[in-house]
Amino acid sequence: MVDVRHERERAISSAYRGGNPHRNPGDGPMNRPPDSLDPAATFSVRGLVKRYGGRAVVDGLDFDVAPRECFVILGRSGSGKSVTLRQLNGLEKPDQGRVAFRGVVVSELDERSLRPLRRRIAMLFQSGALFDSMSVFDNVAFPLREAGETTADEVARKVRDLLGTVGLEGIEDRLPSALSGGMKKRVALARSLALDPEAVLFDEPTTGLDPVTSATIGRLILSVRERFGVTAVVVTHDIPLARRVGDRIALLDDGRFRFVGSWDEAEAAPDGKLRAFLEGREEDRDAA
Amino acid sequence: MSDSGGGGRLRSAAVEAGGLGLLAGSALRGLFERPWEVRAWIREAEQIGVRSLGVAAITTVFTGMVLALQTAYSLPSLGVKYYLGTVVSKSVVRELGPVLVALIVGGRIGAGMTAELGTMKVTEQIDALRSMGADPVKKLVVPKLVATLTMLPALTVLGDVLGILGGLAISTGTLDVASGLYLNDVLGALTLEDLASGVGKSFFFAFFVTTIACYNGLQAKGGADGVGRATTHTVVLSSIMVLVSDFFLTKLFYSLF
Repeated sequence: MVDVRHERERAISSAYRGGNPHRNPGDGPMNRPPDSLDPAATFSVRGLVKRYGGRAVVDGLDFDVAPRECFVILGRSGSGKSVTLRQLNGLEKPDQGRVAFRGVVVSELDERSLRPLRRRIAMLFQSGALFDSMSVFDNVAFPLREAGETTADEVARKVRDLLGTVGLEGIEDRLPSALSGGMKKRVALARSLALDPEAVLFDEPTTGLDPVTSATIGRLILSVRERFGVTAVVVTHDIPLARRVGDRIALLDDGRFRFVGSWDEAEAAPDGKLRAFLEGREEDRDAA
Repeated sequence: MSDSGGGGRLRSAAVEAGGLGLLAGSALRGLFERPWEVRAWIREAEQIGVRSLGVAAITTVFTGMVLALQTAYSLPSLGVKYYLGTVVSKSVVRELGPVLVALIVGGRIGAGMTAELGTMKVTEQIDALRSMGADPVKKLVVPKLVATLTMLPALTVLGDVLGILGGLAISTGTLDVASGLYLNDVLGALTLEDLASGVGKSFFFAFFVTTIACYNGLQAKGGADGVGRATTHTVVLSSIMVLVSDFFLTKLFYSLF
């Protein structure tokens, strides 16, 4: 299992350095102009800049996320992780740069044009963001009804199936206010999977949860990837979670990536600040 | 410093006016776009209309009573107590009914709308809606607009009737005016144009209150404090909008009828 995962990490890592053996010569990012988007990537980001009040929170990010990859963005609170994530499905527009999802330039679409695209990119919010006036059933059924493609029986069957996937059968009638933090996140995960998305964006999925529930969320992310074959982008500062689910990691520091690569590369990197972050200790004085 | 402060305020007022205009346009477009969320419309109408009955009734009954008393005591030598039906009904139906219902009921429902949408905004529920490909204006603003556009005029008409009955109670109980005289005076004085003017105003007030309330809710930031500030802003701005627009609407309706 570990070997398979390491092999996948290596393949993804080499692909996004231009050395993917499964691609034709000339397809790799190294052979394209540096600012061009990669149409084969699930997400392709070039020159992303986002400012608030004149301050660049994200300051020139370039990265690609391969199909079925789990890309983890690490960083301290306020480093711009969530801001970066919100550009990927167009919840926010960049001040500069381009963001594409499967070759479609998300950052250039208006709100109306983004709607059908967003049904292919699910998002799990930090707070869960369940609709507090609706029951668990109605929350999970919401995207299905909104898509308008299924009958009431089909909606009920799919809701039960999704709640089963996250291990929460039998709570359909409860309101979100009657759920624990971990249950809310799991219901939100069930809701995010309702439309069989191609990608899922996880915004701090374990924040505020105890270690056992955090481990459950990690297991669910892995099983969701396995079962649904989705591409995942996870924003977190939870290192154990990142180690468990991430194929590649990126460390965001002052709005820029300090490191992008596989876990093996991260562990071999001579960057003191990266090592300090991964080990969860204050950085050495001479590390920066 | 004061220049930059004044400039900043002017800029933020322009941004707010632009945002309100865009939201109003999206909401009006959403009114005519299928699918119509009829269940949500009915739920909002119940929330906005039925639950505002009490406050609308108390406001207009006592306004009619005070109007009858003030008129009779202010001008006793002119014998105005025999024309109380005219004074009360014209004042209530053309002016006081729509304006007071819009101020009192509008303040209540506007604050509720801003608090609801503001809480949804700061807890990422609005973003969750957007991330699932739904249109927050269509899902949240349009049902509130439909409910207010139907319920505020309905409450205004009810308030008109109750205000006139409040005047009747004072006229007969305190001022010794026969009820037949008062009611004949009302029926002789009131015209369909009076009713159209009052109800017409209430449509505009409903539109202004809902747009302002929803805009402030959708713009709320920063947790409970931000929601509180947005709610206060809604009550102040919608009250000012009702009072200022009332002047122009009065001129408009007098020119029409």
